[in-house]
Amino acid sequence: MKLTNIAVAAGLFAAAIGLNAAQAADISGAGATFPYPVYAKWADTYKKETGVGMNYQSIGSGGGIKQIKAKTVTFGASDAPLKPEELEKAGLVQFPTVIGGVVPIINVPGLKPGEVTLDGQTLADIFQGKITKWDDEAIQKLNPQVKLPSTAIAVVHRSDGSGTSFVFTNYLSQVSKDWADNVGAASAVEWPVGLGAKGNEGVAAGVGQTQGSIGYVEYAFAAQNGMSYTKLINKDGQTVAPDAANFAAAAANVDWANAPGYYVILTNEPGATSWPITAATFILVYAKPDKPADVAEALKFFNWAYDKGDAMAEELHYIPLPDSVVANIKATWAKDILDADGKPVFTAN
Amino acid sequence: MVDAAMTGVIGAGMDSAKLKRMRRFRAGDATFRGLTLGAALLVLLLLGGVILSLIHGSIPALSTFGLDFLTTQSWNPVTEKFGALAPIYGTVVTSLIALLIAVPVGIGIAIFLTELCPPWLKRPIGVAIELLAGIPSIIYGIWGLFVFAPFFQTKIQPFLISVFEPIPVLNNLFAGPPYGIGILTAGFILAIMVLPFITSITRDVFDTVPPVLKEATYGLGCTTSEVVRKVVLPYTRVGVIGGVMLGLGRALGETMAVTFVIGNAHKISASIMAPGTTISASIANEFTEAVGDLYTSSLIALGLILFVITFIVLAAARLLLMRMNVKAGN
Repeated sequence: MKLTNIAVAAGLFAAAIGLNAAQAADISGAGATFPYPVYAKWADTYKKETGVGMNYQSIGSGGGIKQIKAKTVTFGASDAPLKPEELEKAGLVQFPTVIGGVVPIINVPGLKPGEVTLDGQTLADIFQGKITKWDDEAIQKLNPQVKLPSTAIAVVHRSDGSGTSFVFTNYLSQVSKDWADNVGAASAVEWPVGLGAKGNEGVAAGVGQTQGSIGYVEYAFAAQNGMSYTKLINKDGQTVAPDAANFAAAAANVDWANAPGYYVILTNEPGATSWPITAATFILVYAKPDKPADVAEALKFFNWAYDKGDAMAEELHYIPLPDSVVANIKATWAKDILDADGKPVFTAN
Repeated sequence: MVDAAMTGVIGAGMDSAKLKRMRRFRAGDATFRGLTLGAALLVLLLLGGVILSLIHGSIPALSTFGLDFLTTQSWNPVTEKFGALAPIYGTVVTSLIALLIAVPVGIGIAIFLTELCPPWLKRPIGVAIELLAGIPSIIYGIWGLFVFAPFFQTKIQPFLISVFEPIPVLNNLFAGPPYGIGILTAGFILAIMVLPFITSITRDVFDTVPPVLKEATYGLGCTTSEVVRKVVLPYTRVGVIGGVMLGLGRALGETMAVTFVIGNAHKISASIMAPGTTISASIANEFTEAVGDLYTSSLIALGLILFVITFIVLAAARLLLMRMNVKAGN
């Protein structure tokens, strides 16, 4: 009796697994960690609606680019966009999915979130070790009303290569010539000073524990963990707080339609309310895929996400793309992603 | 053995069925020998494969930078200039700090357990040590970052800084500011991690000392510390050094726990409280996002260097043992 019970249970189990396997194969993708929460959320909901799952490995942007080039995944994901000439060389098509912001976070006793304002040059000087105390003249001048302590500044940066670091160093390179000349912009750089911590959570923990520290994390992370952030002065000289409306403002001023390969980096954008460290995250697929059906499934997923995923993205503190940009992306799909016969792999509704 | 048995069997005039059975035994023996030989050769094959792929992967970096790779500490992914000195320094120094703490403590625990411990306390301490060895390294890392580092930063580091302030060389070695994480913290965490290895091995080898030797020494009127120094340690030195080397091996290669608490800065600082990095921490941190062949190759070259360091440590341990044996007159 017992044996038959076990056999029945095993059979049921196998049937359950078999059922899953019998459904359409999962969409496979790999890359950036920054959009992972929203991709996972979308994938979960999409699976409930359509039965098609997505297997996304958040291994980092560099890994995503490597995997798509090795053709082990259907789509790659990267925070740092590939340059148009690189796209051409590799035969890839690139399009953005969501927008997010990077926020400086601080831990200075007595200072409330948003109480301190910094500008780009000051931020670059802090991260270069040129400004070493919180009551430095440069910081005091930007915050005449705030009583700053004479605590030493401890810089916390990412130790792993990261799209967040790319966006942050890209911003510092634009606003500070020193930074551009001495350090540069990349997903990993030679940091002049400070502690390296692994991942957004590592930086948040480092800043949370070290008095007088400053670091930078994705906005979603800062918002969910209630970190103390700073305001920034943007290109127009306005003081802005990191919030969804200001990230959207930065994205609104960009001429996406005329940027080949959507190669747009949203840092230091003009506009009175633009948050200066804003960035889109990107998807990479082959223009002439070996398996057009797989790419069609992936595009179908992103099409669904553009149409129905905005609220989910906002819930997780990401900013959906403006509708005009989405229309543009759908046109790009129809024009550039073709099967062997030169027909579009997927046509959006 | 089977051969001898068979001739014996034939001599005794056994029938052919038994003879057949004996032949089968011999064939079974040959298969057994072949299987174990295969398992042993597999290790050599794997090791060779790893070495070859490490060398192959690090050729681009080593041919670009040459010996400078070993002697410079600039690690700049933007300009693609890589030097391994800072991770090498961090690896060696954190491991040394770990051994400096863990060896005396570990041997102390082993001596207590084998010579002095009341029987009812033996088991709890023994089990605790084995549990310590079973904790995954990521747990040590998280504990180190969230519990140990803040405690270290607010309580121990300010104390160390103020104590060593007036002493010329040591004040550089223990210079602030107290970050909580850094080379010294990594050394402490590593010490906790290698402690169970050193303790359990030394305890086991201490147990192999014949009681009659110890009893004779006690009979001569020696104290416990004399017995340990003159009889137990000389008798077990090979095992003790083996335990220390095993601990050192783990300390050199430990990755996750170190990454959490070392500060991950590609820099060599005079102060051991400053952030640094180790070879394995650098690889774990940077490999996923290493874009560009030279960057990836430099990280693989780091792995090759770690391999060489481990090999040197093992060779040095062997040499040390040989010297000691010669000195002891064996």
